[in-house]
Amino acid sequence: MAVARFWRENASRYNLIGTKCGVCERVYFPPRSVCPTCHRASIGKMEPFKLKGEGEVLTFSIVHEAPSQMEMQKPYVIAIVEMDEGVRITGQIIDAELDDVAIGMKVRTTLRKVSDEGDAGVIHYGYKFMPL
Amino acid sequence: MDVGIVSYGAYIPRYRIVPQEIGKVWGTDGESMGRGLYILSKSVPGPDEDVITISVEAARGSLRRCNVDPKQIGAIYVGSESHPYAVKPTSSIVAEAIEASPNMTAADFEFACKAGTAAIQCCLGLVGSGMIKYGMAIGADTSQGAPGDALEYSASAGGAAFLLGSEDIIAKINRTVSYTTDTPDFWRREGQDYPSHGGRFTGEPAYFKHITAAAKRLLDVMETSPSDYDHAVFHQPNGKFPVRVSKQLGFNEQQIETGLLTPSIGNTYSGAVPLGLASILDVAEPGDRIFAVAYGSGAGSDAFDITVTDAIKDLRLEAAPTIKELVERKKFIDYATYAKYMNKIKLKEAVE
Repeated sequence: MAVARFWRENASRYNLIGTKCGVCERVYFPPRSVCPTCHRASIGKMEPFKLKGEGEVLTFSIVHEAPSQMEMQKPYVIAIVEMDEGVRITGQIIDAELDDVAIGMKVRTTLRKVSDEGDAGVIHYGYKFMPL
Repeated sequence: MDVGIVSYGAYIPRYRIVPQEIGKVWGTDGESMGRGLYILSKSVPGPDEDVITISVEAARGSLRRCNVDPKQIGAIYVGSESHPYAVKPTSSIVAEAIEASPNMTAADFEFACKAGTAAIQCCLGLVGSGMIKYGMAIGADTSQGAPGDALEYSASAGGAAFLLGSEDIIAKINRTVSYTTDTPDFWRREGQDYPSHGGRFTGEPAYFKHITAAAKRLLDVMETSPSDYDHAVFHQPNGKFPVRVSKQLGFNEQQIETGLLTPSIGNTYSGAVPLGLASILDVAEPGDRIFAVAYGSGAGSDAFDITVTDAIKDLRLEAAPTIKELVERKKFIDYATYAKYMNKIKLKEAVE
């Protein structure tokens, strides 16, 4: 039963809530409870931090052999996006022609279905990237 | 207290299919079907889109356009006949995704194609009574038409969200009236994949009777005539019905032009009048008066008399896509792709 595991991450998946270290001010996504740079000094100083949702494609790959959940969407693009806040996030690029996706392309997040647990199971929603 | 629209946002999926493509598969003349319905293309949701994703995109657009803190939203109602879950609200997911939860109320509405306007009426009541400061009313659908059925030429996807309140309103809702009867013109039983309809019975005794009755009631109550309005929008199951009903009521083509979207995107069901109204607000000037009448099978009509205020000039329209931009953002697909996206192909159960 993955319901709770996914639900626990809703704030991050829906609204890009990461964390910011109160000591070095580095931003992390997904959220971390301890800053890997400041270690013990950051304990109790990691604050929730919402990313604006805009960034640019750092690199990408076109997936032709998809896992079963993504069969209906292949070929599709998975990219590493550098967000305006500096943090890098992996996600799917949607609503763009494969030939139009390029390194440096400006994108923003939107909410889409990410997966589901079969016809009777829960539907998981999360961020994907669309051209800005 | 003046109550009305504080902001609004909309979303239309970018995929489109033309009637010729549908007709080709079923051995019918798609072109003449499209001409008869006055539908040149219809929107199709992508495989990762549903009423929840459409509602969230529309709602987020409405919040980007104004300065309202989502935590001040006291109610979110989503009207649709294609909620992804039979049990588990669309509205609670939307609330979480726009960061309005948890100190608020939420519920899903269903009344065929007028669930979105029913949501607007409820928010108006709650704001007007002082129970909440802001309410978010959404009408959205990813409507279904059985393969080969006449509905397949029109059933499409899209939605719009309206943030309602009493401060900084861009459009005052002067009055709303409704007309409701038990008329079985269109229905879908629990567990059925596709709706059924009464064919021509969906016309005169259903659509035309209810829209006309609600519209006349509103004109009577407001002591106005069609010429008092700059814009009008009527429910648009196809491109033909709203043109005919507007003529019957005495509105002219210029008045309904801006709100008539079905010829380009099909029937977005609960999204239809909300999207048409959004299209009008995209271009409306302060002082413009709008007449809007939704229709939901089963059956009922909600009519609205709206006046655009000076505050519309302060709305950040460019912060979210306009209806014109959404309509023009399109990619045409063939029937096979459409069938795949709409889950019309029987698949072997995926094994993880």
